Amino acid sequence: MSTLVLLTMTGLGLGALYFLIASGLSLIFGLMDVLNFAHGALLSIGAYGTWWAASGNLPGAGPGGWGFALAVLFGTAVGTLAAVVLELVVVRPLYTRPREQVLATVGVGLAVPALLSGVWGSDARTFPGPEALSGTFGLLGADVPVNRLVLIAAAVVVLVALRLFLGRTRHGLVVRAGVEDRAMVTALGIDVRTAFTLVFAIGGCAAALGGALGGLYFGSVDPRQGTSLLIFAFVVVVTGGMGSVTGAAVAAVVIGLVQQFANYYTAAGLGDLAVVVLLAALLLVRPRGLTGRLA
Amino acid sequence: MTAPALLVVRDLRVLIGGRHILHGVDLDVAPQGVTALLGRNGAGKTTTVRGVLGLVPRAGSVLLDGEETVGLPTHTLVRRGIGYAPEDRGIFADLTVAENLRLAERRGADGPAYGLVHELFPELKRRAKQLAGTLSGGQQQMVAIGRTLLNGNRLIIADEPTKGLAPKVVTEVVQVLERAAEAVPVLLVEQNLAVVRRLAAHCAVLADGRTAHQGEAAALLGDEEATRRLLGVGRGPLTSRQDLTVEADS
Repeated sequence: MSTLVLLTMTGLGLGALYFLIASGLSLIFGLMDVLNFAHGALLSIGAYGTWWAASGNLPGAGPGGWGFALAVLFGTAVGTLAAVVLELVVVRPLYTRPREQVLATVGVGLAVPALLSGVWGSDARTFPGPEALSGTFGLLGADVPVNRLVLIAAAVVVLVALRLFLGRTRHGLVVRAGVEDRAMVTALGIDVRTAFTLVFAIGGCAAALGGALGGLYFGSVDPRQGTSLLIFAFVVVVTGGMGSVTGAAVAAVVIGLVQQFANYYTAAGLGDLAVVVLLAALLLVRPRGLTGRLA
Repeated sequence: MTAPALLVVRDLRVLIGGRHILHGVDLDVAPQGVTALLGRNGAGKTTTVRGVLGLVPRAGSVLLDGEETVGLPTHTLVRRGIGYAPEDRGIFADLTVAENLRLAERRGADGPAYGLVHELFPELKRRAKQLAGTLSGGQQQMVAIGRTLLNGNRLIIADEPTKGLAPKVVTEVVQVLERAAEAVPVLLVEQNLAVVRRLAAHCAVLADGRTAHQGEAAALLGDEEATRRLLGVGRGPLTSRQDLTVEADS
């Protein structure tokens, strides 16, 4: 029983991490038709920003208490800023050339990890975190690491915030309409480019938060972390339906759990394969993913 | 046309995928009433409208109230006072009726004219919370036209607003356009000549991506030979039936 609980909580924690990356990825693709291969890099920037700040480099930030909260805030802010710069400098000039646009994001996705390796080395760095978040808590007889709960809570907050944004605000309305028909949105007199920058900022923020909290989950940061998580985030996006935030949430939970259980009950590594098989099976039955629509 | 035209299009050319769709369209939209844009299928009517709005890459000159608009992004041009109801209605199917209308709101001195829209289309008020994708074709067209009336526009462009609608709904749409045109000039792309006869004072006819004729609508439609030559239709059975459709209910 305790194994089941632990596997479930770990799977949900991993799913939460996938959701933090996939939600932005899905919105960006849904609205802009941009497959952002640099999204993993945004996660890495968030992770390294938090690690850098929590390691005592940012005044007021540190590995414990409010200092850690400030470090997470800093990492998330840096990731958000990086996403905005990415949209304005790399993606925007290439809107009429989608092929070059994909190649440019692939380039950034390769350059950022290389840059991080160049500055801080390619080895994993121990991630400092508050004691309260590195312990465990008892749940139905299992000792579950607290960081799983932190990730799940963060993902739930991001999901609720995204749904409120999409459902209750004018910018959210523009994003939902843009996912359906971008040209018509501009024909109503709306500058859809503002929405583009906004979804990049939101996506970058969620991914960077995922990086900051993912550091707690893995206990370390390394330059390739973002890229390897991005692959599963893409699986989540396709499974959940391009452009659907709720679909991404459901798919992230399913994929996190399948991966954990398959890795434990079969052989390590088979979980990753199971996820791909699951994706293939789903696409055969529902080619547009679980939902195929937004929010 | 005596008063200067509101919209002056000169030598509008559109190249899509390396193929010229428009070779040089000239068009004057009168400062009041309805100007109809006519032509056979594939003549370039919708492309002309999309070219005017900058929804497709274009060259040439498009003057709105004397100001050049080629080079402006679509949203900037539209904010200068254009309401656009596209051929496919451009409805956001996953949004509600109210959300579809709210999207079209623009900041203006008087605020969005919901009173007018709901007076003309009371059904849109009743169905405010319904997903637009579940509306009938006629109701979707009401949303599309309602969006153009929400702001104090200088020009309304309606691309085949009666296409695929039931006769009763065609009459309703025609009446709304007629009323809208009392306040705002309308550029109307239309295949139904009965609708054109009822609404339009002026017209332009396109053929193979060029302007083949401009003048008074009544003069063109009264000339059977010119109508057949330019539009490929005479006052045959189809046109007569369409005449009945609009005029019997009015």
